[in-house]
Amino acid sequence: MPREVVDLPYQVEYLSILDQDGRVLDEDLEPDIPEDRLLRIHRTMLTARRFDERMLQLQRQGRIGTFAPVKGQEAAQLGIVAALRDSDWMVPSFREQAASLWRGQSMESFLLVYGGFYQGNELPEDTRNLPVAVPVGTQPLHAVGLSYGIRYQGSDDLVVTFFGDGATSEGEVHEAMNFAGVWQTPTIFVCQNNQYAISVPRTHQTQSKTLAQKALAYGVPGLMVDGNDVLAVYAAAEEAAERARSGEGPTMIECVTYRLTMHTTADDPSRYRDEEEVEKWERREPISRFQAYLKNRDLLSDEEIDEVEEEIQAQIQAAIDDAEARMEELEGESLTMFDHMYAEMPPYLQEQRDAFQAERQAQGEEEGSHG
Amino acid sequence: MAKMTMVDALNTALRQEMEKDDTVVVLGEDVAVDGGVFRVTDGLLEAFGEERVMDTPLAEAGIVGTSIGMAISGLRPVCEIQFSGFSYLAFEQLEAHAARMRWRTRGAYTVPMVLRTPYSGGVRALEHHSESREAYWAHTPGLKMVIPSAPRNARALLVSAIRDPDPVVFYEPKAIYRAFREEVPEDEETWPLGKARVVREGGDITLISYGAMMRPTLEAADKLEDEDGVEAEVIDILTISPLDHETFAESVKKTGRVVIVHEAPRSFGPGAEIIARLVEKSFWYLEAPIRRVTGYDVVIPLFAYEKAYLPSADRVLRAARETLEVQA
Repeated sequence: MPREVVDLPYQVEYLSILDQDGRVLDEDLEPDIPEDRLLRIHRTMLTARRFDERMLQLQRQGRIGTFAPVKGQEAAQLGIVAALRDSDWMVPSFREQAASLWRGQSMESFLLVYGGFYQGNELPEDTRNLPVAVPVGTQPLHAVGLSYGIRYQGSDDLVVTFFGDGATSEGEVHEAMNFAGVWQTPTIFVCQNNQYAISVPRTHQTQSKTLAQKALAYGVPGLMVDGNDVLAVYAAAEEAAERARSGEGPTMIECVTYRLTMHTTADDPSRYRDEEEVEKWERREPISRFQAYLKNRDLLSDEEIDEVEEEIQAQIQAAIDDAEARMEELEGESLTMFDHMYAEMPPYLQEQRDAFQAERQAQGEEEGSHG
Repeated sequence: MAKMTMVDALNTALRQEMEKDDTVVVLGEDVAVDGGVFRVTDGLLEAFGEERVMDTPLAEAGIVGTSIGMAISGLRPVCEIQFSGFSYLAFEQLEAHAARMRWRTRGAYTVPMVLRTPYSGGVRALEHHSESREAYWAHTPGLKMVIPSAPRNARALLVSAIRDPDPVVFYEPKAIYRAFREEVPEDEETWPLGKARVVREGGDITLISYGAMMRPTLEAADKLEDEDGVEAEVIDILTISPLDHETFAESVKKTGRVVIVHEAPRSFGPGAEIIARLVEKSFWYLEAPIRRVTGYDVVIPLFAYEKAYLPSADRVLRAARETLEVQA
């Protein structure tokens, strides 16, 4: 036959398990998640949401700087990391507070970083989270190299990396999926398609019908899930993790979700989208759907939700108090900017550090004499 | 001792480090089956297998970005960018991540990788195959920038770069890849990064250079001795960053006169930084204005005019004579 359809190994499937009211659509698809983990997912979703709200207040009060809120994307993050091991690695972009909280990162560390202190990136030694990557789409390549490296060293852990819909226009995301496909690395690419790259809607980012299909070009399976349905996200992550650990290579998961608030605190979404659209997505909001599911299963009551809310508020307040005390302590520690540029400080940098120190001393004495 | 070309010497460094340390891996375009387009990685695939010697897809950011991840995982990747003129596709990965990961995470994650790449003109190549942009990498805090000038130091510096805990951009002067042979010890040898060397002693004038330009610089020094009876001290910088100003500051105390030679464009080139350091630290020893013999601030021409662009021994000689004529 001179002209025929080429048979490709994969097609894009769309997976959803919970409906808008938290009812299970197909029990065969429902992942088997231990009850304590379900409750921990719920608590972490709620923590991420409330922490977001408090950080926004702090930012508006000038107590911290710019950050990217997670509101609306809690399920897309927690469904993934809850299905993985602690010993797996996570390579985030800059909006993964929910996933990071699950993986042991403290609220205090975020407050420090967004308060302008790099000391917040001093992660605990056993953490396998890379720090926030600000340049869009540049970090999935690290995940591929990392997964190559850990496999080479005999581990069956895997690496998950997060990026957004806008990042799928960046060449490096494609290079990452291509390398992962060629090397068959244990990598999970999670695209949180939250519909906007700042102001540019998903439809202007690419003519592709789905983002998941981008992976197909690299011989990597791509799956689309309802990203506001934490069970669907979990099920997809389990499937991808099994593939990775059994040596069958990478997977891309497109979590279809929605950023319910601004891109960052410096953004005004009313310039590019209307309230009606936001309200439509509010009705598919991930936390209330999951709460309805847990209530249907008698795993959670309204009273228990209130208790959890109260505990979370106390934790957040404690984290803020600690972080602000720490920031005060660190206020004068600008000399640390010279640390960690190299394993060993080169002589010229030592000279600059000495000069900086002398200048600060002179300035301090001058100010002292006027005071 | 064996007489080796720079290509052989670099190959020896890679082979010996890979034998010694199985976290050392090599990746890049055409580095495995083909052994690299200049054959620097020749035979490594046969010796160490495809898990450690990888022909990557053709994507420079991908090569460097995955190397960063490998390095964080505990490997010591040595990646090759086929020509330095193609490294700009990986600029983002080097500037935004390789150079900063240690700083960003306050020492928790580090990137002990080496990016090897041929640079420099003089091989009658196409556009994008002849340039010298070491200043880009030297300007980025967190990177180290090394340029050997001969087989022995190429081998010793590459071994040091592989073992270094920080990311190193290693420029290989391809014009002298096979131009001459030199005795290279069989046994392991390392030269410290961040240390320049006096390769010829003299008290009348200091000539400072590196990489492929060491040859015209040394030739000029010979002529100064033969024709003018002038003793030139010649310094090979070897590491552009971190720059070792002590070695040339010491020399200038003796000579008071300096000519700097590089084929990179003049403005904001390594010579500018060397002069700044000398002015800051050795101003009172200077007896004449410092001169630079460099590439011009143009794109290096295609090879018909390449020779006219590149510093030659005669240009160095003229600049040295003019510097020597200045009466303090």
